[in-house]
Amino acid sequence: MRAPDDTTIKAGQTLLSVEDVSLSFGGVKAIRGVSFDIKKGEIRAIIGPNGAGKTSMLNVINGFYHPQEGQITFKGVKRRKMRPHDAATGGIARTFQNVALFRSMTTLDNIMAGRTLKMHSNFFWQLWRYGPAEREEIEHRHKVEEIIDFLEIEHIRRVPVGRLPYGLQKRVELGRALAMEPELLLLDEPMAGMNLEEKEDMCRYIIDVNNHFGTTIALIEHDMGVVMDLANRVVVLDYGQKIADGTPDEVKANQAVIDAYLGVAH
Amino acid sequence: MLCVKPYGMLCKIFVVPFYEMWDLPDIFVQTLWEGLVGGTLYSLIALGFVLVFKASGVFNFAQGIMVVFAALSLVGLHSIGVPAFLALILAAGIMFVLAYSVERVVLRPLVNQPDIILFMATFGLTYFLIGLGELIFGGDPKVMITKQLYIPTGALSFDFGGGRVELQKLDITAMVVASVMVAGLAVFFSKTRIGRALRAVADSHKAALSVGISLNQIWVIVWFAAGLVALVTGIMWGARSEVSFALEIIALKALPVLILGGFTSIPGAIVGGLIIGIGEKVGEIYWGPLLGGGIESWLAYMIALAFLLFRPQGLFGEKIIERI
Repeated sequence: MRAPDDTTIKAGQTLLSVEDVSLSFGGVKAIRGVSFDIKKGEIRAIIGPNGAGKTSMLNVINGFYHPQEGQITFKGVKRRKMRPHDAATGGIARTFQNVALFRSMTTLDNIMAGRTLKMHSNFFWQLWRYGPAEREEIEHRHKVEEIIDFLEIEHIRRVPVGRLPYGLQKRVELGRALAMEPELLLLDEPMAGMNLEEKEDMCRYIIDVNNHFGTTIALIEHDMGVVMDLANRVVVLDYGQKIADGTPDEVKANQAVIDAYLGVAH
Repeated sequence: MLCVKPYGMLCKIFVVPFYEMWDLPDIFVQTLWEGLVGGTLYSLIALGFVLVFKASGVFNFAQGIMVVFAALSLVGLHSIGVPAFLALILAAGIMFVLAYSVERVVLRPLVNQPDIILFMATFGLTYFLIGLGELIFGGDPKVMITKQLYIPTGALSFDFGGGRVELQKLDITAMVVASVMVAGLAVFFSKTRIGRALRAVADSHKAALSVGISLNQIWVIVWFAAGLVALVTGIMWGARSEVSFALEIIALKALPVLILGGFTSIPGAIVGGLIIGIGEKVGEIYWGPLLGGGIESWLAYMIALAFLLFRPQGLFGEKIIERI
């Protein structure tokens, strides 16, 4: 399923909406009837205690999981079942909670891999790396260098990412997602396991991506300080259900949210 | 000769063979050459395994029968009157159809299953291809269409170290074709979008999916590449002996090569193949007589075993370090 190109959505309009989505694995209900929307150009946070269904939600949005009920509308097109490949084609990029990089490849190759869908020269030219294939490599290399520049990772360009420290790996992963020039960027705990300085850097990159490229961002994060600073709107999940949705201040004052985080008996 | 009583055996193992190498250099060079050629062909088979293993994590037991099937298709097509080069292209086409079907029928339904299940599925594929091959082409050995493909035969010989060294033109061709093929694959893997996608899939399935790489497409491409390697291997081995189902056995020779080179390394497959090929021949000629000859058939496995003791990840394989 490829979204038609003429459906350009302006800032502030709904880019993605999730309606009544339920997902279960056998008897375990990971998500129960959750609805929310993501507006073009905003930073939307999804928060909630451990096991609330946040990562499952992200996996549903980018097609790794298929919900049993409900529907998702992206750029005005409804879809029920979608493969990750279709999500990527439609402009959804993501990072993972436990860094999923191509470990044996260099930083450069990892980010170049993010350009896969933007490159079109056919198998024949690829085989000889000649003609269109070569021109294409060079052209995309420029784009990738811009991203490397933006994320300040020039010095690790040629290092296999498996050897990099965790904080830098997270940054390379962000770079790979950015290389896709996504309309919607999903970040699964981009700051998990980082020290204060690394967190501040990452925050800055996220804000810059949002400001400069106008990329819509949906992120999952545990650090409440970070969420309150970054997000325009926050949706709160608990036990697979939505318990609150609104601006950071509204959510902070919500009794259900306070209960969920402090652990009041259900 | 040189060996005196108490040190007789040690001398025969550690001195005499080397003296013979030095004394009759023509025979030594001839042995090295034969080993090198055999090794090149082992490398090619191992390469087929590595390609599939890297991208889909499957140890493809069917690689051996794919060699036979590809060669049989080529010879079979020619025998019903298809011109040799058209038959070659059609045989490549058959390998593509095979790759596509394997992805559809075997890999796709079994995705996310444990590796051992996929491994068993390739056993199934092996027996299916044996049956299909015998049904279509019959079980009789066939002669490779060497002449029709303009593969040179005969031998080049030259004087060397007081004797004559003979190089079969067929073997030289095999070396050249294999080298070109390997070099081509190396560039393809390291420098192009599809090559990068192949390596990406080998590293992490979910990350590859998230950037829009289609696993299904990549699997078809690697199995097709392995099929092309099988076709080339089949032509070369077939030209040296004949095209029969017995060729399938040489696939087992790829095992020691893979253990030596590492299952995930293309350079490893090549170097491993050469070491096994040369080691086998040199061992047979110079140390074989001490053990009554015939050591060629098991020496490769012994070398691989010795390697397993000291470098279980192979020469170039990745050492797996697990964080706990």
